[in-house]
Amino acid sequence: MTKFTGSDNYVATDDLQLAVNAAVTLQRPLLIKGEPGTGKTMLAEEVAAAMGKQLLSWHIKSTTKAQQGLYEYDAVSRLRDSQLGDEKVHDIKNYIKPGKLWEAFTSDEQVVLLIDEIDKADIEFPNDLLVELDKMQFSVYETGETITAKQRPIIIITSNNEKELPDAFLRRCFFHYIRFPDKKTMQAIIKVHFPDLKKDLLNAALETFFEVREIPGLKKRPSTSELIDWIKLLVADDIPLETLRNKSIKEAIPPLYGALLKNEQDVEMLQKMAFIMRREG
Amino acid sequence: MLIDFFYTLKKAGLPVTVKELLTLLEALDKQVVFGSIDDFYLLSRLCMVKDEQHFDRFDQAFGHYFHNLEMVQGLEEFLIPHDWLNPEWMNNLTDEEKAQIEALGGFDKLMETLKKRLQEQQSKHQGGNKWIGTGGTSPFGHGGYNPEGVRIGGPGRHQRAAKVWEKRQFKNLSDEVEIGTRSIKMALRHLRQFARTGAAEELDLDDTIRSTAKNAGLLDLKMRPEKHNAVKLLMFFDVGGSMDYHIEQVEQLFSAARSEFKHLEYYYFHNCVYEHLWRDNSRRWDQPLNTYDVLNTYGEDYRVIFVGDAAMSPYELTHAGGSVEHMNQEAGLVWLQRLLDKWSKHAWLNPIRQDYWDYTHSTQILKKVLDGRMYPMTLSGIEAMAKSLSA
Repeated sequence: MTKFTGSDNYVATDDLQLAVNAAVTLQRPLLIKGEPGTGKTMLAEEVAAAMGKQLLSWHIKSTTKAQQGLYEYDAVSRLRDSQLGDEKVHDIKNYIKPGKLWEAFTSDEQVVLLIDEIDKADIEFPNDLLVELDKMQFSVYETGETITAKQRPIIIITSNNEKELPDAFLRRCFFHYIRFPDKKTMQAIIKVHFPDLKKDLLNAALETFFEVREIPGLKKRPSTSELIDWIKLLVADDIPLETLRNKSIKEAIPPLYGALLKNEQDVEMLQKMAFIMRREG
Repeated sequence: MLIDFFYTLKKAGLPVTVKELLTLLEALDKQVVFGSIDDFYLLSRLCMVKDEQHFDRFDQAFGHYFHNLEMVQGLEEFLIPHDWLNPEWMNNLTDEEKAQIEALGGFDKLMETLKKRLQEQQSKHQGGNKWIGTGGTSPFGHGGYNPEGVRIGGPGRHQRAAKVWEKRQFKNLSDEVEIGTRSIKMALRHLRQFARTGAAEELDLDDTIRSTAKNAGLLDLKMRPEKHNAVKLLMFFDVGGSMDYHIEQVEQLFSAARSEFKHLEYYYFHNCVYEHLWRDNSRRWDQPLNTYDVLNTYGEDYRVIFVGDAAMSPYELTHAGGSVEHMNQEAGLVWLQRLLDKWSKHAWLNPIRQDYWDYTHSTQILKKVLDGRMYPMTLSGIEAMAKSLSA
C-alpha cells in the first residue's frame, strides 16, 4: 500500500501523515479539526491525488440530513408520473436517488470520501450515520435491498468545532487536530506555493505575519490561507522589501493588511496600536 | 498489552474506552508504527484522544507512564486560570487589592510562594488561612475574599491538571470560550418545543392521499413546513454589584442562548425586578423601560429565565423602599410575583454554587417564591432547568 507523505503542493507534518496512514490501514474514518484555513478540506483532495483515487465530496449544510447521504426517495415525481401514465412508475428504483455514501460504497474502485464541515449539521446528524460508517452498509427501506461497500472508502471528516460531536461517533473515528504550523513548517508551505519567492522577502513577510497573529484579542487571527493570499498580493503589487523589513507592526501598519485581517474591529485595533506606538515612540 | 497505560490515561481523567484501546492494539498489530516511542506517542494520541481539549492531559499522562515523571498528587481540585498568569489581570485589581499583593511581596513573589505551597500541600484543604483550598482567607484558592482575583479553580475545574504553570503546547486549546458555550448550547438543547412553521417544504403524505382521493384520483400535492424548535424565551439578567464576578459565565450563557433560540428577548435588572427594566446597560438611566410594558408585550407562551446571584439585602425583596438604588413604591417580591404570574414557565439560574445558597437569606426567600425552581449555573443545572421549562 502506498503511504501518504504529503504532496508537491501540500505539506503534511509527521503526525498528520501517521494519522492518514493509520486511518487508511485500519479503514476507519479520520476526523480532522483545526483552526479555519489550516488546510483541512484540502487534505482530502491531496490524499485522493497522492493515492490516485477518486474524490467524492459531501458538503454539509445546516439543513443536511444523514439520509441524504444514503439516498433520497422522490415520492413527488413518482406521484406525478403515475398521473401521466409513465411506465417508469412501476419500478420504485427509478425514484431512488443515491447519495454520496451510496456512490462511495458501490464504486468499483476504492474512493476517498470527504464529509466536509460535519459540525454544520444538526447535532443528531453524526449519530444517524453511526452504523453506516461502522459496518459500511445500509438498507434501502423502499426496495428492501442492502447496500454494502465493495471496498471500504477512505473517509475524511472535517469539523470547525461549531458543535460538539457525540461520543459514540468519536469512538469510531481517528481524531487529528491540525495545529497551527510553526515557522519552519510555514516556510515549507510557502515554498510549495511560491517556489521563486526571495528568501529575505519571505522572512520579512513571515515575521510580520506572526507578529500580527500575536496581537492579543484579535477576533480572527490570520491563518495559512490568509498568509498565502497576502503574499500573493505582495508579489503582484511588487511591494519593495524595505516596506516590510525593519519595521515592526508597531511602527507601521503592514501593506495590504486587508488580506490578513478580515474583521473591521481587528483592523481598527491594529491601527490604534500603531497610533499609540508612534505617539509613544 | 498496554493495560497499565490504559489505566493511567483513565486515571488522568481522559474519557477512554476499551474500544479505543482495541483500536490502538489493532494499529500496532498492523504495524502502522514500529519501534519508535515518538511514533507510538502520535499513534496512541490519534487513537485515544478525541478532543483537542484533552491533548494536554494526555501529554502529561503519557509522560507520567513512560518517563515515570513525578505527578503532583492531590492537586486535582486546583488549577491556575490562564489569565491569572497574564499581567493584564493586574489592571483589574483595585488599589486595595494591589496593596495586599504588595504586602505579600509583589506578583512574582506571590507566584513563587504559590509554587512552594503547592509542593508542601499534599491534600485537599478547606478553611484556615495558609493552605490552598476553598473558603478561608489564604491568598490562594477560591471562594474566599482575600483578593478575589487571586483564585484557583472556579470555571475551569474540569481541566484538572498537575504542574499547570509549565508551558505546554495545547494549553491554549483548553481555555477557549467557545468550548464553554458549546457545552452550554448542548444543555440548552433540552429546551425544545417543535412546531411546524416557515416555508412548506416537506411532502405531507397523509394530506396528499386524502385530497387526491377527494379530487377523484387527480393528484393534489400537499406540502407542509418542517418541524422547528419554536420555543420563545425571555431572559432577565441581574447586572452590576456582586454579579460582576460572574460576568464571564453569564456572557457564555448569553451567547449560547443567542445562537440556540430564534425568539430570544432579554432585559436587565439590578438585584431584583422593580418597576423599571432596561435593554442597554450603558443607558439604563436615560432609557428605562416600564416593567408593565414588558409584561404586556410578550405572550404567555414565553419561557422566562432569570439569571442572578440572588444575593442581596432581604429588604430589597420584602419591603417597599428597600432597593439600594432608588425609592421603590412596591416591594421587589410584588414585582417578581407579577412576572411569575404572567409567565408560568419560569426558572432562576444562579451562578453561585448550590451549597452556598443557604447562607444568604435572600436566596432562601427567592427559592421559596420560585417554588424550588432555582438552578445552579452549571451544565447539569442548565440541563435540568431546560428540561423543567420544556415540560
